[in-house]
Amino acid sequence: MTSVTSVSATPSVPAGTLLAARDLRKAYGPTTALDGAAFSIHPGEVVAVMGPSGSGKSTLLHCLAGIVTPDSGSITYNGRELTAMNDAGRSALRRSEFGFVFQFGQLVPELTCVENVALPLRLNGTPRKEAERAALTWLERLEVDDVRKKRPGEVSGGQGQRVAVARSLVTGPRVVFADEPTGALDSLNGERVMELLTDAARSTNAAVVLVTHEARVAAYSDREIVVRDGKSRDMERVV
Amino acid sequence: MSIGHTLLGLLESGPRHGYDLKRAFDEKFGHDRPLHYGQVYSTMSRLLKNGLVEVDGIEAGGGPERKRYAITEAGITDVERWLATPEKPEPYLQSTLYTKVVLALLTSRDAADILDTQRSEHLRGMRILTDRKRKGDLADQLICDHALFHLEADLRWLELTAARLDKLREAVAR
Ligand SMILES: Nc1ncnc2c1ncn2[C@@H]1O[C@H](COP(=O)(O)OP(=O)(O)OP(=O)(O)O)[C@@H](O)[C@H]1O
Ligand SMILES: [Mg+2]
Repeated sequence: MTSVTSVSATPSVPAGTLLAARDLRKAYGPTTALDGAAFSIHPGEVVAVMGPSGSGKSTLLHCLAGIVTPDSGSITYNGRELTAMNDAGRSALRRSEFGFVFQFGQLVPELTCVENVALPLRLNGTPRKEAERAALTWLERLEVDDVRKKRPGEVSGGQGQRVAVARSLVTGPRVVFADEPTGALDSLNGERVMELLTDAARSTNAAVVLVTHEARVAAYSDREIVVRDGKSRDMERVV
Repeated sequence: MSIGHTLLGLLESGPRHGYDLKRAFDEKFGHDRPLHYGQVYSTMSRLLKNGLVEVDGIEAGGGPERKRYAITEAGITDVERWLATPEKPEPYLQSTLYTKVVLALLTSRDAADILDTQRSEHLRGMRILTDRKRKGDLADQLICDHALFHLEADLRWLELTAARLDKLREAVAR
C-alpha cells in the first residue's frame, strides 16, 4: 500500500499538530533550564504553560518560537524542523507566522500606538497607509483605538498591554506566544485582555502558547502543561 | 477526609497496632480532631472485611487495640488509587489534600504529582466558570467570579504547598 501522508519527517507528531517539540534540552552554563521537555499545540488551541518560577517556562516558549536554540531535541512547525533552519530562516518564520506578547517593555517608545501596531506589517513590507489601517482595526477590536495617536509612555499599563496584543495579532499569526501577558495588570484588566486575546485567536484560528502562573488566566486556556525542573507534564494525557 | 485511606496509608510503612495507628494519625493529621478508639476499630474491621488489611499478630492482654494490622496488596492498590484521584473542589478540601500529600511523602510517592492532578481538576472547573462568565450577563459574571476566587484561593495554597514540598518531606520524616 502506498502512503499518501509520507511528507512528515517526524511520524511521532500526531496529525493536525501545528507546533510540536520533543525532548528539548537547554543548559545555560551549569544551569539546566530544559531537561527533556515536550510540547504540542493544534491550530486554534490555547495551551497554558504553568509551573514554578525558574522551572523553564520562558525558555520553553523561546525555544518553541525559534528565539533560543535548544542544545538538543526537535521542534517541528507545520512539518518543518526549526532546529535545522538557519537564523535568517527562523527570523523570517517569526515575522510572518508568529506573534508575541510579553509582560513589559515591548512597545517602541518613540512611535505612536498605531505605528507600534503597524510595525510588524511595515517590517514585512506592507505600505504605511495599508499597515496603519489594519493596525487601527486591531486597536478597535482591543478597545483602545482612542489612544492610537499617543506614545506608549502616555498610556496606562492596561492600555499599553492591549496595544501589545493588537500588535501581536496584526500580521494574522498562526501562533501567538504570550509570556505572562497579564502579569503587570490588575485582575479586571488582565481578564479583559485574556478575553480579547483568546477571542481574537479563536476567530482567526491562531494557536496561543500562554505562559502564566495565575490560575484565573490559565482558565482561559483549553488545557495546560506543567513545567517543573525543566521537565514538562501534559495534564491532558495523565488525567 | 477518608479515615480508612489515611489509616491504610499509615500502614504502608509497616504493620502497626490499633493504638499505634491512632497515635500516628493524631500526631500527623488529627491536631484539631483526634480519632476516637471506636472510629479506629470500626474502620479497621471494615478494612479487614474488605481484605485491605490483615491481622498480623495479637499482643497478650486482649482488647481490640492489641491487634496488629498489616496492609495487603489490595490495600496498597486502594491507597494508590485514592492518591491518584483528584478531590472535588469543595470547602475544607485542604485537609484531605494535606493528608494525601503527607501520606505520599511518607510512602515515598511523588507528592508533586498529586498537586498537579488537583490543579488540573480545579482548572477544569475554572474553565467551565470562565466560559459561563464570558457568555453570561453581569449577574452570571458576579456569581461565577465568586466561585472562581474561591477556587483560585485553593490553588494558591496548592502552589505554596508545592513550593514547600522539600521542607514538608523533612518535617514528616522526623
Ligand atoms: N539567558 C539566560 N542565561 C542564564 N541562565 C538563564 C537564562 N535564561 C534562563 N536561565 C535560567 O534557566 C532556568 C529557567 O529559566 P526560565 O526563565 O525559563 O524560568 P521560568 O519558568 O520562565 O521562570 P519565571 O516564572 O520566574 O519567569 C532558571 O534557572 C534561569 O535562571
Ligand atoms: Mg519566565
